[in-house]
Amino acid sequence: MEFFIQQVVAGLTSGAIYACVALGLVMIFVSTDHINFAQGEMAMFATYIAWALIDAGVPYWIAFGSTILIAFVGGLLIQRFILKPLENAPVLALVVCFIALLSIFNAMAGMIWSYTIKPFPSPFPALDLTGHGLVNVRQLGVVGVTLIMLGILTVFFRYTTLGLAMRAAAQNASSARLMGVRVSWMLALGWGLAAAIGATAGMLVAPLVFLDPNMMTGILVYGFAAALVGGIANPAGAVLGGFIVGVLENLVGSYVIGNELKLTFALAMVVGVLLFKPAGLFGRVIVKRV
Amino acid sequence: MGAILEAKGVSAWYGMIQAVTEVDLQVEQGGVTALLGANGAGKTTTLRALCNMVRRSGTTTFDGVDISRRSTEDIVRMGVAHVPEGRGTFVALTVEENLKLAFHTRRDRAAAMRDMDLVFDYFPRLKERIRQQAGTLSGGEQQMLAIARALMLAPRLMLLDEPSFGLAPLIVQEIFRILRQINRDAKVSMLIVEQNAALALELADQVYLLETGSVVTSGPSDMVRNDEALRKAYLGY
Repeated sequence: MEFFIQQVVAGLTSGAIYACVALGLVMIFVSTDHINFAQGEMAMFATYIAWALIDAGVPYWIAFGSTILIAFVGGLLIQRFILKPLENAPVLALVVCFIALLSIFNAMAGMIWSYTIKPFPSPFPALDLTGHGLVNVRQLGVVGVTLIMLGILTVFFRYTTLGLAMRAAAQNASSARLMGVRVSWMLALGWGLAAAIGATAGMLVAPLVFLDPNMMTGILVYGFAAALVGGIANPAGAVLGGFIVGVLENLVGSYVIGNELKLTFALAMVVGVLLFKPAGLFGRVIVKRV
Repeated sequence: MGAILEAKGVSAWYGMIQAVTEVDLQVEQGGVTALLGANGAGKTTTLRALCNMVRRSGTTTFDGVDISRRSTEDIVRMGVAHVPEGRGTFVALTVEENLKLAFHTRRDRAAAMRDMDLVFDYFPRLKERIRQQAGTLSGGEQQMLAIARALMLAPRLMLLDEPSFGLAPLIVQEIFRILRQINRDAKVSMLIVEQNAALALELADQVYLLETGSVVTSGPSDMVRNDEALRKAYLGY
């Protein structure tokens, strides 16, 4: 029983990270209708920036905040300079572009910071809360940061007019223009937010898996699974999806298929959701009169 | 009274194909101008050219300001509300969110809230459906929503693209009654594109007849209404 609870808690912790990655994917999907395959590598690159700041003696939380800011501006610039010229390009061209970004960021990180793994500090101590190794402060911290981020995004999209304008721009760009919405800036904003969320995810992951240019590769697959399970257009669903994927992956891994096949299990979930419930568990099917 | 909108030598293209050639037209301050013509005459394209939604040339002035090179968003923010062909509904947003989108561009929040009440006075049916997903509205309701969205921008000029399209005659009557009311009470000038010529002639004071992308005749709507030969040749009734 104790082992079971331990696995669930560990699953929730990794689930929180998948949820962050999924949130970044959902963000770009909601604002631009695209799936950003470079989401993980962008997060990894941002984490290296945080590492460099901390290495230079900047206190953790200041490095954390500035990295999020730098990532936001970086995401904005990627949209303005790389994706905007491709506005009218077919979707395959965009996919190629996302994959190019993925390998560019991966190679750049390796070139600048080398491929040797680096330890990354966590702001939360690994302090045991229950006395027999069940829940520690670090795990709670990771889950807490994810939930706070979800809260901020939910409020932003549901209750601010800027959030509303972003949703409108994604749904019907030409009609949004006719309401005076500067659509191309909304897309850039979506990229900025996604990059900032990604940076947060990266900084949460790094203390658990160590920092190296390939640290997000596997996690991105879990992030996809989470986003799809929750419904790719639904931020709250993505977070819930993250927790579901994290817990299931851990339980199935320790009781059924063993650790080596965990990633395969995530891929199976992706295929399963797409086959049987394409809108995701919590996704809304858009009703439309014709 | 001068013209609120003036177009001189406006041409427009879709790719290599020229759809509108050297159109001159005017909308009087507080007036309603109708743009009539058969399918494919270039009416919708002319409207789109006026707010820079297609590749175009020529000059357009709004209230004396040259808007030929402004972006669509800027033209809208200056007070030109375009109710597009196909209604442009944000299907996954609620009716309320469709309307509140105008708050994004408007600085005067209090006035915008008042405009929302005004819009619900014009369209009580939308108020009943305020929390409903806009994609589930009927065609007539979506047309009302499109006009309501445009009104939320507190426009001085509305460009209406076939508000009667695909709607039952009774609904069309209702929509035109409300348009007349908006023009009279809110002093919104209008440029309206219609296939239903008889209805548009009732609402409009000036008429332009379009054929294969050019203006063939123009004048006060009474003139067109009373000229049987013209009516038969271009409007088919």
